[in-house]
Amino acid sequence: MSEVGTGSRTGVGTGTPGGVGTGAPRPDGGPKVRGEFAFSGDLWADGMLWGATLRSPHASARIRSIDVGPALAVPGVVAVVTAEDLPGSRYYGLEHRDQPVFAWEVVRYVGEPVAAVAADHPETARRALAAIVVDYEVTTPVLDAEEALVGPDLHPDGNTFRHMWVRRGDPDARGPVVVEGTYELGMQDQAFMGPEAGLARPTPDGGIDLVVSTQWLHNDRDQVAECLGLPPERVRLSLGGVGGAFGGREDVSLQVHAALLAQVTERPVKVVYSREESFLGHVHRHPARIWMRHSAEPDGRLVSFEARIVLDGGAYRSSSYHVVANAACFAAGPYVTPNAVVEGVGVRTNNPPCGAMRGFGAVQVCFAHEAQMDRLAAACDVDPVALRLTNAMASGDRLLTGQVVDGALPVAEVIRATAALPLPPAAGSEPMGRPGAAGLTTDAGDVVRATGFAVGFKNLMYAEGYDDDSHAACRLEAGLVTVTCAAAEVGQGFVTLAQQIAREVLGVDDVLLAPADTAIGSAGSTSASRQTWMSGGAVEKACREVRAEVVARVAAATGAAEADLRLRAGRVVSDGGAVPVDLSLAAVTAEEPVEASVRFQHRTTFPLDADGQGDAHVSMACAAHRAVVDVDPDLGLVRVVQVATAQDAGRVLNPTAALGQVEGGISQGVGLATMEEVVLADGAPRNASFTDYLIPTTLDVPEVVVDWVEVPEPDAPFGAKGVGEPPVISSTPAVVAAVRAATGRPLTRVPMAPAAVAGVGDAGDGEEG
Amino acid sequence: MSGATVPTPVAPSYVLTVNGTEHGVDASWLGESLLHVLRERLGLPGSKAGCEQGECGSCSVLVDGDLVCACLVLAAAAVGTEITTVEGLADERGTFTDVQQAFVDAGAVQCGFCTPGLVVAVHDLLDRVPEPTDLEVREALSGNLCRCTGYGRVVAAVEAAVAVRTSGGAP
Repeated sequence: MSEVGTGSRTGVGTGTPGGVGTGAPRPDGGPKVRGEFAFSGDLWADGMLWGATLRSPHASARIRSIDVGPALAVPGVVAVVTAEDLPGSRYYGLEHRDQPVFAWEVVRYVGEPVAAVAADHPETARRALAAIVVDYEVTTPVLDAEEALVGPDLHPDGNTFRHMWVRRGDPDARGPVVVEGTYELGMQDQAFMGPEAGLARPTPDGGIDLVVSTQWLHNDRDQVAECLGLPPERVRLSLGGVGGAFGGREDVSLQVHAALLAQVTERPVKVVYSREESFLGHVHRHPARIWMRHSAEPDGRLVSFEARIVLDGGAYRSSSYHVVANAACFAAGPYVTPNAVVEGVGVRTNNPPCGAMRGFGAVQVCFAHEAQMDRLAAACDVDPVALRLTNAMASGDRLLTGQVVDGALPVAEVIRATAALPLPPAAGSEPMGRPGAAGLTTDAGDVVRATGFAVGFKNLMYAEGYDDDSHAACRLEAGLVTVTCAAAEVGQGFVTLAQQIAREVLGVDDVLLAPADTAIGSAGSTSASRQTWMSGGAVEKACREVRAEVVARVAAATGAAEADLRLRAGRVVSDGGAVPVDLSLAAVTAEEPVEASVRFQHRTTFPLDADGQGDAHVSMACAAHRAVVDVDPDLGLVRVVQVATAQDAGRVLNPTAALGQVEGGISQGVGLATMEEVVLADGAPRNASFTDYLIPTTLDVPEVVVDWVEVPEPDAPFGAKGVGEPPVISSTPAVVAAVRAATGRPLTRVPMAPAAVAGVGDAGDGEEG
Repeated sequence: MSGATVPTPVAPSYVLTVNGTEHGVDASWLGESLLHVLRERLGLPGSKAGCEQGECGSCSVLVDGDLVCACLVLAAAAVGTEITTVEGLADERGTFTDVQQAFVDAGAVQCGFCTPGLVVAVHDLLDRVPEPTDLEVREALSGNLCRCTGYGRVVAAVEAAVAVRTSGGAP
């Protein structure tokens, strides 16, 4: 059971039912609970074919030949395509086009697409894949990031996605207390519930309509168009219902394959990944090896910070370049750190590609810096929470990059609020509630309860000079409000928020949200905690322009002063003033609609210099987490009993939705701490299924206790910060800290293997264990 | 899939009773799961294909009143049973069951992909155990994976539905 804390939310809404600050329900909630909501895998078209992808079983190999003849001979197979069939570019990529749509000559990871088929039954498509003969000459893969850094190039672009430094203050400064550690994180998967799916349809003008699950329609559209050799305007993408994303749908997966098959066959083609293919077909969270050394005064005040962060980006770049920057920029955590030297490296290997996942680089370094803060607290013999308060960053302080934090950053406040939240009651007698749960293996007398604390932060929105924007339109016609924005709804709740904003600004109950597609300007990606700010801001701006036009129109028609007019309950009414007005919006817009189409941007950011200095980031958000765990130290079993958190939210625009983000994020953070890892053997994922890749169930998630710290962000719409990422960042180190406290073991790697918790065998605990 | 070249072995025509209605299935591949036939042949895509190996619960349906993963049942083996899918829970289209309403009200829906399976599983639980304890709820739903919600609002929705039923609301 969860409770909502008592963070103040006064002063946000203006009282419009379902407006900003209310727990307005999702507009898609009804269809979703009735099973009527169409996810991208639910699409169907007359004469539709099924597409399927052949993938490399080798991490590194040369392709001597590909014989598609036997597949074409399978009854029911309509087409088989390879790299040679691409009319346009053979490469795609989210930020840099380095990844082959289909491998030719060489494969660089297990799961790399080699060919695709279209057939009239999914089973036929699978059989056809098995009939394609690929002659591989297997070569030795490079699977270790440090080896790849010094080894031969695996790709014409080389093996280093990014190598950067962040240098600040005096590199030789040292305090008397020094702590040092090396930390590792395994490869986490987004594990969204709806596998990748899409339906591509040829259009009469020789173009393609593609309905697909994605986080960024326009970026996908451009990549598809390039690969198909079509002008962008002949490729139209629409958002199919998205079954979760968490960063895993920022990169193209089946988009080009499905579109090419539709182009070649001139028939609709539907592609739906199996769960195994989903694991093989999208990027993962970067595994990391991180060394850190902190020095401090005896009272715990930080003097210096050094770090080396090595992220394994796998075979292709995806967003590795920017994940490295995030990891390096936020490596020290939300603490005032006057002197720092940070080296960040992202490396190409023959492992599966890694890219965006919720927390985007901050997750990895937070696990390390929070372990270091606990070590420092122990070395200084001060309370871990007090040590964090001593060093807590605030508005006006500088990031490692030298940038002054000029917005809200209430680090001390989230620490204090988290520490003040109630602890859970003592363990009950029910065996199902013990570590091991349904295993029923733990005796009550063996259980040790302990607590851990962690704090994290990260940036909101895109950085380093990226011209980030979002477009939206608002149309008011015959009293009906329609909002159009291409922001991808992936479950996070933008559809609810867009309605709330329109209701708030225009004083109406009903707001229709048009489908998201590429017919309007880009809304950017649903990532980086940016859509509440960016697309929320665009919707607000569009609605305010419509409101201004309505007010001007009514003032001109009635002679009332504009300042006296209000929009309330679907009407324009006067609030004081000499001319009484009471007109319905339907009447005001009956003959001529009011329309606004806008572009919204955030402040300009700048690239980092050679020392990693510069105003590269828009805004920051922080959270603290306190975990309570029950551990069976002999069996190495952990039950996370409670996670308490206070989060910096600017303003909470929808308390129900925000709570859902926090609970869901904590579940993923607990998962990374305790169970989630894509296990690789010779570069091959060994657990590409929900039988073997474990994510938390109802029995694994803790009670979540939430408080909000609301300090409005000056530049953000309604003062609100995106709340999606902080829940996942420091929940992981808080859980691990609690298990360290319960066991006394160093636990420098996540996920914590039971053997590491129990301290037996090859415990997979990289260091002192 | 009319006109498709169906892989062998081809199943003889059979009839499935879904949500009280009989549906004929002709010229299908014998290996098709109940989930595939519901979604792709009968136009009932409410049950979702999340893992197709009985781990995620997204395709939960009731077969003769028993909660099963439709992905693990051969469609041709379900002949003669009464199948209830999420589409058949509400009495008529456009209305909600108490559990569906509780999911909407409590914020238990985010991306919603797991939601139909969870709704079916909660109905099954509450029909068997009208007032479950928290651990009973969690044990009963532990076969339904959700990646978005962390289950907090889901459990809250179950509690809300129980509260409505025990206070004399519509069953």
